[in-house]
Amino acid sequence: MKNRLEIDKGIFCWGCESTAHTFSCSILKSDGRILSDVKSIYTPPPGSGIHPREASRHHIEVAPKVVKQSLIQAGLNMKEVDAIAFSAGPGLGPCLRVGATVSRALALYYDKPLVPVNHAIGHIELAIMLTGAKDPVVLLVSGGHTIITAFSRGRWRVFGETLDLTVGQLLDQFGREIGFSSPSGQRIEELAKKSSKYISLPYTVKGNDVSFSGILTTAKKLFKEGKDLDSLCFSIQETAFAMLAEVTERALAFTEKKEVLLAGGVAANKRLQEMLMEVSKRHDAKFFVVPKEYSGDCGAQIAWTGLLAHSANISVDIEKSFVKQSWRLDKVDVKWRD
Amino acid sequence: MERLIRKGAEADIYLGEWFRKEAILKIRKPKPYRQSELDVEIRKKRTLHEASFLMNARKAGVSTPLVYFIDQNKAEIVMQYIKGVRLKEMISDRKMDNIDALCSEVGRCIARLHKNNIIHGDLTTSNFLVVKNRLVFIDFGLAFFSQRLEDMAVDLHLMRGVLQSAHIEVADEAFNKILKGYAEIAGMNMIKDLVRKIKEIERRGRYARVE
Repeated sequence: MKNRLEIDKGIFCWGCESTAHTFSCSILKSDGRILSDVKSIYTPPPGSGIHPREASRHHIEVAPKVVKQSLIQAGLNMKEVDAIAFSAGPGLGPCLRVGATVSRALALYYDKPLVPVNHAIGHIELAIMLTGAKDPVVLLVSGGHTIITAFSRGRWRVFGETLDLTVGQLLDQFGREIGFSSPSGQRIEELAKKSSKYISLPYTVKGNDVSFSGILTTAKKLFKEGKDLDSLCFSIQETAFAMLAEVTERALAFTEKKEVLLAGGVAANKRLQEMLMEVSKRHDAKFFVVPKEYSGDCGAQIAWTGLLAHSANISVDIEKSFVKQSWRLDKVDVKWRD
Repeated sequence: MERLIRKGAEADIYLGEWFRKEAILKIRKPKPYRQSELDVEIRKKRTLHEASFLMNARKAGVSTPLVYFIDQNKAEIVMQYIKGVRLKEMISDRKMDNIDALCSEVGRCIARLHKNNIIHGDLTTSNFLVVKNRLVFIDFGLAFFSQRLEDMAVDLHLMRGVLQSAHIEVADEAFNKILKGYAEIAGMNMIKDLVRKIKEIERRGRYARVE
């Protein structure tokens, strides 16, 4: 009888995201409903990037408020939550430790299982749940990731990735050069819309991998030489996104899968979406893109993946719940997916 | 009449005829999502590279299809049709008995290319055709000349990535066999340098932790 009740009630997971500039807490129900998703984002001064110490200080300051708000919005008490999930990596050490400390304390105090979640898999799982994709080739693009991955034999396998900068870093670092504060992808996209003049930039595809450092160096140099900023933004997008489209197309042709999923913060870019849609069409694949409000870092990605992991009996002892700054997604055994 | 036999990521592959001989027509079609200047440049460059490196590789002692005709402006190549099975399918279908021997041969061929400063640029199991026990290398669109250890190491690093993503069950074994074959041609010292360099490249990657 108890089981029956539990099914009706559903399972609730509270999750905390704290890998980089975003501190966010969220509660999800096992039917996929996002009951709350509260976030506070650290913004560095214009022209500079995220300083891990400053970001972690921001997280410490906002944590109590964000935690509380995530419960109020969901209309739940922490006692009613079944599991506590936290982003255990990859990310910036000082930032990760804030979320981990908060989550450990809550798990200990309320005697709940503590579930470590890989941030990259968090992006993918939430995007899959929200879009209804089943077995996609995923292009994950953000400040921390640029990876083409697909699921096979228990893990997310990497079919291609960046050899140096992520596409988010490319946009942010160029943005910094022109005086924007990170993340600057959205402002670069706006400038890019004003031009259609293509300036040649290094197009570097090595097999299934890409390299963006050449684009950054050249674009910075051309900017200093006084080249038109709108055209530079346009050309950075055109070159970098065409490279991403090409390697995604390669993974699609190689794996012969029939779905493409675009996830991560840069997924919000309309031009990138357009290119990937064309790629998908050419290979008769369905194209999915994560909804804009959940493309960036958020607690919901951790809470949802935590819920899936919890359902597969994954948890970690408090004293062993270390954060892992370099936790690659292809090192995670995904027991809840087959 | 040409018949589409494969829609690759980059090009469409047709089976047709060339002077009454079966032949492959490889067309790098325009990608509508790409800026047209960039698109034309990429397709032209890769078509030319492919044609010349198919020949360079043969000079280095690696079997490749013969090139019959090139149309740079249309980004088309007509080449010899080789009836073979891709190594990708050989591994997936678990025709395991001669996989070891084939992987050693892959290693020997890569070493021959590198010895002649040819970097393939796209070493994947779908770019090796197996004909009986012979290997034929294809798809040289990303090939280039280089003497740098870094470029040779990236070549092998990509190969390893493909094995780990698409053929995880045999990945380590297959890669070791490839290195062994490579060493037969290039020598142990070269392999040591390469393995060191591959680790360095992996360490540069995102979130990599290399022991």
